[in-house]
Amino acid sequence: MLRLEKRAQPSNFWNWATPLLAVALTMVAGAILFAFLGKDPFAAIKMIFWDPLFNPQFAAYSRPQLLVKAAPLILIAVGLAIGFRAGIWNIGAEGQYIIGALCGAAVALAFFPSPGWYIFPLMVLAGAAGGWAWAMIPAILKTRFNTNEILVSLLLVYVAEKILAAMATGRMRNPDGAGFPGSRNIAQYPAASNPEIIAGSGMHWGVVAAFIAVIFTYILLHKHILGYQIRLAGQAPRAARFAGVAPARLVVMCLGFSGAMAGLAGLFEVAGPARMISIDFNVGYGFTAIIVAFLGRLHPVGIVLAGLLMALTYIGGELAQFMLGLPGAAIQVFQGMLLFFLLALDVLSNYRIRLSWPEAA
Amino acid sequence: MNRRHLLAAPALALGLSALGGAAFAQDPLKVGFIYIGPVGDHGWSYTHDLARRAVEEHFGDAVETSFVESVAYGADAERVMTQMALSGTDMIFATSFGYGPDMNAVAQRFPDVAFEHATGYIQEAPNVSLYNARFYEGRAVIGHIAGKMTETNTVGYIASFPIPEVVMGINSAYLHAKAVNPDVNFRVVWVYSWYDPAQEAAAAEALMEQGADILMQHTDSTAPVTIAQDRGIYAFGQASDMTSFAPESHLTAILDVWAPYYIERIQARIDGTWEAGNVWHGIEEGMVGFAALNDAIPEDVRAEAEDMIERIASGEYHPFTGPINRQDGTEWLAEGETAPDGDLLGMDFYVEGMSGSVPN
Repeated sequence: MLRLEKRAQPSNFWNWATPLLAVALTMVAGAILFAFLGKDPFAAIKMIFWDPLFNPQFAAYSRPQLLVKAAPLILIAVGLAIGFRAGIWNIGAEGQYIIGALCGAAVALAFFPSPGWYIFPLMVLAGAAGGWAWAMIPAILKTRFNTNEILVSLLLVYVAEKILAAMATGRMRNPDGAGFPGSRNIAQYPAASNPEIIAGSGMHWGVVAAFIAVIFTYILLHKHILGYQIRLAGQAPRAARFAGVAPARLVVMCLGFSGAMAGLAGLFEVAGPARMISIDFNVGYGFTAIIVAFLGRLHPVGIVLAGLLMALTYIGGELAQFMLGLPGAAIQVFQGMLLFFLLALDVLSNYRIRLSWPEAA
Repeated sequence: MNRRHLLAAPALALGLSALGGAAFAQDPLKVGFIYIGPVGDHGWSYTHDLARRAVEEHFGDAVETSFVESVAYGADAERVMTQMALSGTDMIFATSFGYGPDMNAVAQRFPDVAFEHATGYIQEAPNVSLYNARFYEGRAVIGHIAGKMTETNTVGYIASFPIPEVVMGINSAYLHAKAVNPDVNFRVVWVYSWYDPAQEAAAAEALMEQGADILMQHTDSTAPVTIAQDRGIYAFGQASDMTSFAPESHLTAILDVWAPYYIERIQARIDGTWEAGNVWHGIEEGMVGFAALNDAIPEDVRAEAEDMIERIASGEYHPFTGPINRQDGTEWLAEGETAPDGDLLGMDFYVEGMSGSVPN
């Protein structure tokens, strides 16, 4: 009989081995799923994981695209990870991402079409401030009225989506856009655009910001007293209080930081790859980043790897759709399995599995 | 033979086969489709996929199609189109208006690929073609039917976004309902989504509370017709035939029929005669169609509806023919004048008699 025995301390080995095992199991289960759909499972797995990186026909294009797709995920996920470490659950990064993009776009559209080196930096500030401010709503409600930040931040996503739709069809609508919803093409406005820094590299300022954020959070979490307090608050809240950690300050700090990161991600996206504010501007990066944060073990370096892996499944998933005719839903199931296996396998880091036989009565 | 020669050999063979006419079997033309929603939405994306399947059936081995569903505007769309072009796709149909900037950017990098954009307006590359359907022609017909059949004189309209396409649909339906029933009232609920079954259902309930006994929708889900069936009122389907979801309530549906256009354009690409264009097709060209009229529609109304369809198709009748005033009473179209396309494509006002206002 299988028996689970709680470990005194989570196993460090399994902590890092389970994500790899989860990826492997996802491949196996995914292959079975694809086989049931009547597709060659090996071809499908190869198409998702190998071809975007090494196919001679399109890898030169899709490799840099990994950075484009992963950058917002990583930027948001490192912000979230800090809060998650402290047991502060910001589920509303998607909303903060939208508001950050709206604030940044508002600056760009206000200055249009005047040139000026200061416009893009102002947009960056506005994007971060917008995301921060949107995250302050659950933060203040939690510290003042003890509301649940999970619910408040999540529900504010839907509010942000309505504001986005109203802006895309109203105040921010392109006056030269033939009445269609959506703003001017910000990527075509030189003073406000966030183009590739080196052509064909996929590197835009959002990618740079993501890497800076990763280094910053690494230092914060592992070298700074605040990082110690964050980890302590997450692992032993009572002990943290005795150690002089002010919970309210931590809530405001963590939600504010993750909100600002999400806002930045939105700003870089709207001025670069997404080009403009549209009704459907947000595509779920804020939610996918939660998966990325956990897949990366809430560790900045792990998050980079997890973000790249998620991006790979997206890009490879699209390839599998039009090259092999796999349905889009099958790709989503595949991505969902990744998180499922990861969470299920967490049991291995916290428990030991023992084989035992019931004693004869 | 070095690498360069190896590569040149097939190119030479290809050139020869082109010279030799159709004597050699040719590679199938690869056509890619990009959808904004899932193919199973029974609305917009579903109708484009029906047309894709019709293309496969029509051309057989001469054409190979592929598609990606639920592709977001922006980076995702640009990447999917680029990867399609890189993998040898000859022709790409992108089927939502928001793909415009992405498609034009990709088209400039792949001048040999033919790009077709549904309901768009941006043509910054010579290989980007635009096509759209005159759905307002269909709205005129269902407006007529609704005006004749409503008993509460209240028609409920579930609208997506306040954009010209939707506003012109409301105006067209209202004008033709009012023409046969001066007391008719339209109530509009904006759900700010193209596809959101829960919201559409809530809007349908709210409209019924306000006395609507016929529902129209400019959203894609089957939720409104399903609720109409449950509550025993009438409704019109959207984009595809939704009769099976509401056998008694579904009066008819305005159908999006893309197949004839797709087949024509792909044939042109095969023949080498494809050129970028910009078309707005209606009932006449077969891009706007109707699901079978329900038996619940009285015989005389059915005859009138069929007559109107015929007159629109023949060009004898334009659904926006003056005199028509704007909601504020100012003149829009004088007696006998028909609406210029430019006015329709920028329509941001209600016509006289409509209550409420277009949200801004």
